[in-house]
Amino acid sequence: MSRSTTRRTRVFTIFRRELAAYFNTPLASVFLVIFLFLSGLFTFNIGGIYDRGQADLRPFFQFLPWLFLFLVPAISMRLWAEERRTGTIELLVTLPFTVTDLVLGKFLAAWAFATVAIILSAPLWFTVTWLGSPDHGVIIASYVASTLMAGAFLAIGGCLSAVTKNQVIAFVLCVVACFLLLITGLPAVQDYVSGWAPREAVEALASMSALFHFDSILRGVLDLRDVLYFVSVIVAGLACNAWLIQWRKAD
Amino acid sequence: MPDAAMPEATTTERTSTASEPLIVARGLDKRFGAIHAVRGINLTVRAGEVLGFLGPNGAGKSTTMRMLTGFLEPTAGSVTLAGISLQGNPLDAKRTFGYLPEGAPGYPDMRVEEFLRFIGRARGFNGDGLTRAVDTVMDRVNLGTVRRQTLETLSKGFKRRVGLAQALIHDPRILILDEPTDGLDPNQKHEVRELIRHLGTDRAVVLSTHILEEVEAVCTRALIINRGEIVFDGTPDDMDSKAPRSVSKNRLDHVFRSLTTKDTAEDATRRVARSLGVEVKGASR
Repeated sequence: MSRSTTRRTRVFTIFRRELAAYFNTPLASVFLVIFLFLSGLFTFNIGGIYDRGQADLRPFFQFLPWLFLFLVPAISMRLWAEERRTGTIELLVTLPFTVTDLVLGKFLAAWAFATVAIILSAPLWFTVTWLGSPDHGVIIASYVASTLMAGAFLAIGGCLSAVTKNQVIAFVLCVVACFLLLITGLPAVQDYVSGWAPREAVEALASMSALFHFDSILRGVLDLRDVLYFVSVIVAGLACNAWLIQWRKAD
Repeated sequence: MPDAAMPEATTTERTSTASEPLIVARGLDKRFGAIHAVRGINLTVRAGEVLGFLGPNGAGKSTTMRMLTGFLEPTAGSVTLAGISLQGNPLDAKRTFGYLPEGAPGYPDMRVEEFLRFIGRARGFNGDGLTRAVDTVMDRVNLGTVRRQTLETLSKGFKRRVGLAQALIHDPRILILDEPTDGLDPNQKHEVRELIRHLGTDRAVVLSTHILEEVEAVCTRALIINRGEIVFDGTPDDMDSKAPRSVSKNRLDHVFRSLTTKDTAEDATRRVARSLGVEVKGASR
């Protein structure tokens, strides 16, 4: 008979296995290479980090949400869809885990992996530090914002991965959901809506946008409201994910 | 069809063995929309029993096993495992059994040893105890030669044995095995049956199978399910004795067929059509 386990060891067991899954397959290396290549491309060629004459990482962080839009769903799409396809979900939910253990372990592994990718961009930070004297407070806040945004996207993606056994469908659903979460904060969308909607509705729409809160942190103030926004998206995504697994585990 | 084949709920609770009941299912019922897959099954399995779960495809075998292990929520009814309610305390109830799901699923990217270490950790092992448990179980089902291979590179037989190993790693008192010998060669089948028979001496084992000789070879009790209902519950000898004397070969097959091909309007039509087809050869069933 198996011994009793604590919540922490159970979550950690899942976390380990999930993180290993990223590195057992080419997914990790392909992802990291493409992420670093594209973020470099955006920062130097499109963002023009050298032409600004300013030592900061704004060009890098500015494009990050759009890079995340396509890369983060690639991390989350396998989380549950793969378990459903191979039938391992039956093994997983009949082992002594609670649904919360599984959802947390998987999410934390995906988030840790995304965080590794974000941290690997640190050479950019060293470069601007070497070239000038950037505001490190702003850069740290921006890194926190990026990690929070990746977490929010992963929570949404994990939840959507639980509705299907097809990873491609999980990917597409997640891109669409994250896209909607981003664009409500775009000036173009804001202008369009403000033409006919009351001001309160426009503001509400803006405050629903991940971009709005991301940009707000990027300006250098780590406001509690912005952090709370991302935390609530994560919590809501995980709760929805747990609910889907609890009631739709065999479908 | 002989009516004695329909057991009352009380006959399932045989008291001939004094050992404690490890699996108790009461009024287990499952509907998938309009399909009534399992219809109020009562089942008690005691330590020392190896229960062979038989039935045609789609009869409700896997559905029942999935409800016993908590993968499927029953529409009605309850499951108690080693005295622990599966609905009331799922975490502790799930610690009591080892389960081999249909098709022996596993993570294709993991190495055999890595996979078993993951299952071992899930079962609460760590450190030296984990290493010991993994080594012991790999030894038990002969996985030593493939320990460094990834699951996707394994043959069907090895995959099945990895599935058995993960079910056995914590030496559970209850084993629920969905087609444990499917895809094994005759030698491997023999080995697995020996293992199950050995394990069954002091545990409750439920195994589903399509192979009727398997029931004779390893099971102390056979249970036939048809259209979600138990239509036979007894020893393999009881089952054999239900076949008419005139049947000399494949006697269990004969009993199985007579119990699971019920006459419904639909079946009757099919049977008439079939008998018209084979009439020329003079064969009749």
